[in-house]
Amino acid sequence: MSFKIASSPHQHIQKTTAQLMKLVAVAAVPGIAVQAYFFGYGVLIQLLLAIITALLCEAAVLALRGKKVKVKLLDHSALVTALLLAVAIPSYAPWWLVVIGTAFAIIVVKQLYGGLGNNLFNPAMAAYVLLLVSFPLPMTSWLPAAPLQQQSLGPADAVCTIFTNFSCSGYSISQLRQDADGISMATPLDTLKTDLSQGYTTEESMKKPVFGWLSGEGWFWVNLAYLAGGLFLLQQKVIQWRIPVAVLGSLFGFSFIAWLISPDTNASPLFQLFSGATMLAAFFIATDPVSASTTEKGRLVFGALIGGLAFVIRSYGGYPDAFAFAVMLANMTVPLIDYYTQPRTYGHKSKGAR
Amino acid sequence: MPTLFQQIQAGKVWDFHGGIHPPSRKERTNQKPVALLDIPDRLYIPLRQHIGVAGKVLVKVGDRVLKGQALTQADNAMAVPVHAPTSGMVLAIELHTSTHPSSLAEPTLVLAPDGMDEWRPRKPLDPEQVDIYTLLERIQESGISGMGGAGFPTHIKVNVKQPVDYLIINAVECEPYITADDMLMQERASDIIAGIEILVKLLSPKAVLIGIEDDKPIAAASLKAAIGQRDNYFVREVPTKYPSGGEKQLIQLLTNKEVPAGRRPLDIGIVMQNVGTAFAIAQAVLDDIPLIHRVVTVAGETLAQQQNVLALIGTPISDLLNACGFQAEPQQRIIVGGPMMGFAIADWSVPVVKTTNCVLAPTENELGAASEEMDCIRCGACADACPASLLPQQLLWYSKAHDQDKLAEYNLSDCIECGACAYVCPSEIPLVHYYRVAKAEIRETQREALKAEQAKARFDARTERLEREKQERLERNQQLAAQRVAQQQASGQASQSAAAVQQALARTQQQSDQPLDKAQIIAERERKKAEALAYQQQKQQAQTATPAENTAPGTAEDPRKAAIAAALARAKAKKQAEAQPEAIEQPAPAETAASDTPDMDAKKAAVAAAIARAKAKKQAEAQPEAIEQPAPAETAASDIPDVNAKKAAVAAAIARAKAKKQAEAQPEAVEQPAPAETASSDTADMDAKKAAVAAAIARAKAKKLAEQAEAQQQTEVKATTQQAPSAEPQEPVAPPEQDAKKAAIAAAIARAKAKKQQNSEPL
Repeated sequence: MSFKIASSPHQHIQKTTAQLMKLVAVAAVPGIAVQAYFFGYGVLIQLLLAIITALLCEAAVLALRGKKVKVKLLDHSALVTALLLAVAIPSYAPWWLVVIGTAFAIIVVKQLYGGLGNNLFNPAMAAYVLLLVSFPLPMTSWLPAAPLQQQSLGPADAVCTIFTNFSCSGYSISQLRQDADGISMATPLDTLKTDLSQGYTTEESMKKPVFGWLSGEGWFWVNLAYLAGGLFLLQQKVIQWRIPVAVLGSLFGFSFIAWLISPDTNASPLFQLFSGATMLAAFFIATDPVSASTTEKGRLVFGALIGGLAFVIRSYGGYPDAFAFAVMLANMTVPLIDYYTQPRTYGHKSKGAR
Repeated sequence: MPTLFQQIQAGKVWDFHGGIHPPSRKERTNQKPVALLDIPDRLYIPLRQHIGVAGKVLVKVGDRVLKGQALTQADNAMAVPVHAPTSGMVLAIELHTSTHPSSLAEPTLVLAPDGMDEWRPRKPLDPEQVDIYTLLERIQESGISGMGGAGFPTHIKVNVKQPVDYLIINAVECEPYITADDMLMQERASDIIAGIEILVKLLSPKAVLIGIEDDKPIAAASLKAAIGQRDNYFVREVPTKYPSGGEKQLIQLLTNKEVPAGRRPLDIGIVMQNVGTAFAIAQAVLDDIPLIHRVVTVAGETLAQQQNVLALIGTPISDLLNACGFQAEPQQRIIVGGPMMGFAIADWSVPVVKTTNCVLAPTENELGAASEEMDCIRCGACADACPASLLPQQLLWYSKAHDQDKLAEYNLSDCIECGACAYVCPSEIPLVHYYRVAKAEIRETQREALKAEQAKARFDARTERLEREKQERLERNQQLAAQRVAQQQASGQASQSAAAVQQALARTQQQSDQPLDKAQIIAERERKKAEALAYQQQKQQAQTATPAENTAPGTAEDPRKAAIAAALARAKAKKQAEAQPEAIEQPAPAETAASDTPDMDAKKAAVAAAIARAKAKKQAEAQPEAIEQPAPAETAASDIPDVNAKKAAVAAAIARAKAKKQAEAQPEAVEQPAPAETASSDTADMDAKKAAVAAAIARAKAKKLAEQAEAQQQTEVKATTQQAPSAEPQEPVAPPEQDAKKAAIAAAIARAKAKKQQNSEPL
């Protein structure tokens, strides 16, 4: 009798890459739901557009590269990339924005670098940076959160706005952003930045309705939902604690110091933690295993770097939010970080200053 | 801060990095007694079942062997024998598929049991009564090698010179499914402790630490009960985590120490033995049962009866499985060992060997075959699981790239192939397989490099030899040519004046001013000694040819002694000639040659050696003194009587002149002061006549050396023959009342010889 030969180990934990990716997608659901509630159905349409584009691009490139399209598509990594980009884009941005971004993320940033596992940069964030640099206006045209919106927008309005730039009632995106006084409302981070540059103190600026409770109308809840999703990922051991803790810790630490020194010109650390893309970045973006550091110490360094860069760019840079840049810059340093944070192998002396 | 030992005594257990928690599935087999199987129809006993070499086969095909009889003999430290597991007939000694991942065929003894199970006579030992060597010998002769996995010969591992702090008994059994050690401990705890006591006698450790996972409470309790009141025996329950049974991991768990890379546990004072090995030792020593059976866990859902069995070594795996009700399914896998580190076999006729602790026949559901390998997403789960703190994802990357330098940098060699990384990999990458391939490639590269190096050394040696031979031929030709020239000139020229001597002296002075390498000087000195001896031998031969030599001294001396001396000198010269090539490079004193002739009468040998030494030293002595004070050292001269003084004086003068010449040619001789004294003390107790003979010989030797110098330095050839007349006036004539005639004869003979020598020189 002859038997099948296999290499040891003969036992595997039943948690595949596809399952991990699916869990990430599931964990993002609360965040997406809250985002849709506050910022409109546009989020869902962007999501749909992004996913379709991502799968098509992925399949096309895989076919061109002669890979097994079905097997690779089912690892769900393209899905996660699409998801992360879609939630980062303003919900009523024109349709071509997310399509260009997703195509760039999948084709250039991921597949041209060798496909899953070989990309240096986080595809979603690289695409986001591309869009932000190329199309700054639509990329910063966030609508105020639903309670502040003058017009209520239904699903049909979302479709109309995204595909025609005008809502069904004929308002343009800039009109939709206006408050009762006809002034365009920006995101809390943007507002704060503009106010501080005009000599207002933080306290004065924070009185504006766009800030709502703690960190911005709607934005606080969105961040809270992503935090919940992140904790779920931790509990499921899909991600390890080091990167999110380092990101949040360093952002908190830096902003706390700055706030202590000058509370009038710096936002409070809690505002920093719960505004913009902080939680999304800390739990969903920075933890992308492919482009993050792989060593234990390295993950702490990597996360701290992201948090620090985000704080610096938010406070002193030209952009209101900064996680896309921070993550990309940190991605670049990963090979270096990994090299210098190798663990001490059993039975070896510490590598010291290697 | 409590010391390590205090912490260990207090029951502290440490942790190691990484590790995984696969489903253990041990409950299937750890509550059933170990089953006994029928004796199988055939036993396939591989001759080598351990790390090391096979013993010499003691039986031949057709022999009837008894149970426990040694089939091979350990004729080597790394060999342990194998034994007949039952009585029966040797059917064949042939190649049979091995129980090894490679499935290579290896020499295997096929035994047909006769069913009588008849024992050979047994000789139990009392470990209290016998010494350590008897115990070690018994352990080796009982064929015991490590039963945990590697199969290292136990007698080597426990035969230590270094002090041992801790004897660790590995009862962890961390692999899923396997309960063989667990059952052994449950059923035979007291035997195991008896085995440990023998190990303690051999190793004298400070403490015995028995490491056992906390999922074996019954086994742990049995051991504790068996230990009773023994001091410094500690049963330490470690948390269930794979691979805590790895040698390095268990050491870390129990002592918080790490075995430095590339070293052995013994280097940090630790010896580890498997619990099964301890049991085998107890059986071998106390009952004289060699290692002929072992407990094997047979598990897997294709079996009707999953259980532990006591299997005879050599039982085919097929017999084990069939005895447990095996129902194969399509794509069936059979795994020898556990699911983490075991290996799949293709052919189930392979036998149970000393290291086989488990046979698995799982269903597809139970242990799913690996699905398709996906891309690494660098999640780092492998690095988190790695007990050696390696970075498996980097190793994978470099393994695929065949980058051996990087693999070394990332310490691939520290990988223990436990499989934890591959177990957790979400992309189902067979990481361990990649590492095995990479390790094999590295071994291959190293082998090739070694081969290339050897080839280069061979080539270099050959080139050098050819060059040397060419050089030697060239030198010989030059020498012959020089000698021809010297002969021609020597016959032509007769007299030139002291000017030549002055010239020669000046040259000597000049040359001696030049600094000389010490090694060179020593080498030169040795060479001269060797030459002196060689010449001595030639002369002795000449003496026997012309008996006048022996009779001429005509004294009370026994001629036999002279003959012996001559023989000795010949022997020495021969010896010396053999040693000649070395003598040039590494000074091998000519004197030692004497001690190399063993079958000589001691006294005679001593005399002969003394003579030879005296002569050699005399020669050496003559050289330096000849330069500055030509006469005084010449004891020979003082022996010369007044009657024939003139002749002798002339002879001596010639000898001196030649010695001078020699010294001039080889200025380093100036720096040899020592021999003169020893020479005189050696000559002190000798008969004066002998001294005369010695003097003559010395003269002759000086001549001989001078001739050689001539050959080497053609330009000085003339001086050799011209010095004699000029040296004559300096001759002090102070002869004592010795027998002048004999001395004269000796001198004459010396001259004659020298002449003869000269003639026969251009060989």
